[in-house]
Amino acid sequence: MSLLEIENVHTYYGQIHTLKGVSLTVDQGEIVTLIGANGAGKSTLLKTTSGLLRPREGSIRLEGKDLTHDPPHEIAAKGLVQVPEGRRVFGRLTVTENLEMGAFAISDQKLIKENLDRVFQLFPRLKERHKQVAGTLSGGEQQMLATGRALMANPRILLMDEPSMGLAPILVDGIFEIIRKLHTDGTTILLVEQNARMALQVAGRGYVLQSGVVVLSDSAQNLRQNEMVRNAYLGET
Amino acid sequence: MLKRWRERITPTDVVMWFIGGTLLLLMFWGSTATLIEGRYTSHHWFDFLIFGLAQGSIYALIAMGYTMVYGTLRMINFAHSEVFMSGPYTAYFVAAAFYSSGFLDRQPILSLIFIFLVSMATSTLIAVLLERIAYRPLRTAPRLVPLITAIGASFFLQYTFRGLYGSGFQAYPVVKILEGEWMFGVFRILKFQAVVIVAAALLMTALYLFVQRTRMGKAIRAVSEDKEISSLMGIDIDRMIVTTFVIGGMAAGAAGVLYAVMFKQVHFFMGFIPGIKAFTAAVLGGIGNIPGAMLGGIFLGLVESIGPSLFLDGLGIVAPYQLKDAIAFIMLVLVLIFRPTGILGERLAIKKA
Repeated sequence: MSLLEIENVHTYYGQIHTLKGVSLTVDQGEIVTLIGANGAGKSTLLKTTSGLLRPREGSIRLEGKDLTHDPPHEIAAKGLVQVPEGRRVFGRLTVTENLEMGAFAISDQKLIKENLDRVFQLFPRLKERHKQVAGTLSGGEQQMLATGRALMANPRILLMDEPSMGLAPILVDGIFEIIRKLHTDGTTILLVEQNARMALQVAGRGYVLQSGVVVLSDSAQNLRQNEMVRNAYLGET
Repeated sequence: MLKRWRERITPTDVVMWFIGGTLLLLMFWGSTATLIEGRYTSHHWFDFLIFGLAQGSIYALIAMGYTMVYGTLRMINFAHSEVFMSGPYTAYFVAAAFYSSGFLDRQPILSLIFIFLVSMATSTLIAVLLERIAYRPLRTAPRLVPLITAIGASFFLQYTFRGLYGSGFQAYPVVKILEGEWMFGVFRILKFQAVVIVAAALLMTALYLFVQRTRMGKAIRAVSEDKEISSLMGIDIDRMIVTTFVIGGMAAGAAGVLYAVMFKQVHFFMGFIPGIKAFTAAVLGGIGNIPGAMLGGIFLGLVESIGPSLFLDGLGIVAPYQLKDAIAFIMLVLVLIFRPTGILGERLAIKKA
């Protein structure tokens, strides 16, 4: 049994059939990446998984338990937590308040404190700015905050949606450094990225999504060698 | 330089500034004339100030409900004036019973507490029912739909209460310990006004601390910023929305009793004017902003009470107090011309990087 099992999911945006039977699995401790062009359905898949969109067909299971029909806040409480695209930190809340919101489903104060310490250890920059309002942070710091906020929930699996988007190259390296570190700490990650080159370096396995269909799935190493992937996503000819 | 200026300023801006400038000039002229004439003594001004503070803190409490619901739902709950009316009107019957049995005179504090509880409970119940029945089914509808529903709900509630309690004015029983006055040096202050100000200040402090410090309060602020992300953090959006209605209802119910203590009567239509004023106060302070609503309410109360005498008397207008509502809404116009986001609206630009 895999940690996360997505089986034959069909999702519609109004009349538009965006996911046409997507299946994928993520095992405990793995980094799995999902690559694909704009509009291939990557974000739709993440939104369906976290309950913001309802699939018309198919099922989603976390640790064998079905959560296809659970509302988003219950899915989050069960340990499937998202680092959303475009960071979307709470701009008017302070850094600490943002992190506390990440731990909203946890009621044990001691555990929250422990998680806060761990996030501050991982991102010393956030500790320096813990009283600052999140809207005044730089893009890189906001990405750290969005990641830290998700980690506050003690996720069983972390869904990261385009963490490198809109960041300067040096910050992108930093973000992938963090992803590696989380991986060695044993965090399971499903990583959606447009930067396929970087994504395939940190991930163990990968899926390629095209127009709502998984067209390829293989180990990251094999995908890097694959002719089609190299042409379409790595920009090599 | 000049060219860039000309491109940035539209003819509408010029007209608006002209109107705003004229109003400001009139206010300045009027105030100077009034002060030179010296018709009012410092005692008068002090009375105006205290009355304004009392009136304003009632507006501020009602405004809390408008601003919090706007924050989470991006909708003006026009039925909030009826949430405000329902509490004190229902509590009136309790108060009247206490009065006729003599309990009100024997145990005034206990009776007042009980009247407050009944009023707050009724207003909260009405607010929660409104959310559940009228607004929740329309959560995903276009924005105009819940707005029209709110106006409909407002009428529905007004006439339901008229049907239940009758259409006449009901005189609230007088609480004897709140009559009379205290002296502060040479200034005298009416007891019930002092009580209104202190009670409202306590309630607003409690509310402010709740929203700023507690987990629930922070979650409400998170929801008002981004509902989708809040739900991804494990926050139950529906529960938070209901909480804002509960808090707004409690504040309105408390404000209702304070209103009844001040004006000593209730009526099925009593919510309309204070409701509109509190809405104005919320916009003045920057809608969606909680400290803004408090500030806006107090500001509006003060302007209404001091404004007519200060601005209009010097201009030779007779019986200026009749024009207090006009002054209040002129203030709204001025704030919207010179600071469209309200006094505290959007203090920082939120970067969507």
